[in-house]
Amino acid sequence: MVSPILPLRLNDASVVRRGKTLVGPVEIEIVSPGFTIVIGPNGSGKTSLLRLMHGLERSASGSVKWAVAKEEARRQQSFVFQLPIMMRRSVVDCICYPLLLRGTRKSKAREIAADWAKRIGLGAMIEHRAASLSGGEMQKLALARALITSPQVLFLDEPCANLDGRATRDIETILANARAAGTCIVMATHDLGQARRLAKSVLFLYRGRLHETGDAAEFFDSPATPESAAFLRGDILE
Amino acid sequence: MNDIVAGVLEAARLIVTLDADLAEITLRSLQITVTAVAVASVVGLPLGAWLAVSRFRWRRHVIAIVNALMGLPPVVVGLVVYILLSRSGPFGVFGLLFTPTAMIFAQVIIATPLVVSITHQAIRELWAEYHDLLLSLSASKSQRIRALIWDGRRALLTASLAGFGRAIGEVGAIMIVGGNIDHATRVLTTAIALETSKGNFPLALGLGFVLILLAMAVNIAIHNLLRTERTSRW
Repeated sequence: MVSPILPLRLNDASVVRRGKTLVGPVEIEIVSPGFTIVIGPNGSGKTSLLRLMHGLERSASGSVKWAVAKEEARRQQSFVFQLPIMMRRSVVDCICYPLLLRGTRKSKAREIAADWAKRIGLGAMIEHRAASLSGGEMQKLALARALITSPQVLFLDEPCANLDGRATRDIETILANARAAGTCIVMATHDLGQARRLAKSVLFLYRGRLHETGDAAEFFDSPATPESAAFLRGDILE
Repeated sequence: MNDIVAGVLEAARLIVTLDADLAEITLRSLQITVTAVAVASVVGLPLGAWLAVSRFRWRRHVIAIVNALMGLPPVVVGLVVYILLSRSGPFGVFGLLFTPTAMIFAQVIIATPLVVSITHQAIRELWAEYHDLLLSLSASKSQRIRALIWDGRRALLTASLAGFGRAIGEVGAIMIVGGNIDHATRVLTTAIALETSKGNFPLALGLGFVLILLAMAVNIAIHNLLRTERTSRW
């Protein structure tokens, strides 16, 4: 029986690199599975915030706490990077790699991975080199690799950046299915359309500070701060 | 110029007539060097990968020392191994001096720093690429090293082949610890040195060309076996 890792609580947490504060200090609580969008202009600290939550960045202050111990929580999370990291392996071997790390037999892991490849539309390419895929296909592969372990929480850093409409729609469909299966999704984007389509709740970041947080519908209908209102209007925020 | 032509002709004659002495020392050269490179790779590949993914206090100094050891003078290595294996040395009881084992020992010492250094360089670049993914997947240090060695295997082949190149052409150390004994420890390089000292330049050059052909044949065979350079990226 796997223990629930939520809630996630960031208390006074911050990311500081080379003396510059990239994020925070922030107070964030993600209590129940849902679809949380981290939104804000470029350079607002979205990627750093996701990395902080996932544990790829150390908090320079305060704390980042899950309901269970850090290592156990990490095993129940996955992260999809903005530029998908492709291992120098075939598609099926890339997808099954997280299962191999967890001790699944290789033949079984490849079988499960081949099934995932079919689900995401890469069924005909399982023996192709991962690095030979297109940008959209790579991102789908990265999603399958992230979802193959059935994580409780999935972090995505602008997974549809640089993708065309069709690839974006395919990825949103995969995410909707993951969400329906009970995965909590936390996704960074600066694409307002995508945020409106997917978000149940929103974290609005600007210059590393959390300016607004709450229900997505409320945020889009009546933004509470001048910065979020300007961002939603499409004004250039510097 | 005449000597070079005579050398080429001598090399051709030795190969075409399947000269028994040539076959013997060529096989011995291969046995010693391949064994030494295998040992250097077993030690050097994981060590180079570990250096790439580990962070510890003296890491930069260790890397600098390994890089410096690439230029280790073979004669000095031969001398040290000689002292270690001589009757009065700490390993004298094993009676290894003037045996192929002693020559392997010396070649391992010469080739390993090269294997470690090239591996470290290749794996460091791959580690930079994989770093976030492997940390995100909670891969343990040994799992990271295994993934990096497996995925970087073609780059690591270069490390092993560089070790092979250094070892097969080495003469100073194996001359000292092997003794260049006919039918026992004579290899291509020591035979070349002997024939040169005797003034038999055509035979020395002929053996030299055989040595070059051997090194090229091993490189080509391994590249074909591992199917490198056949795909667009890896």
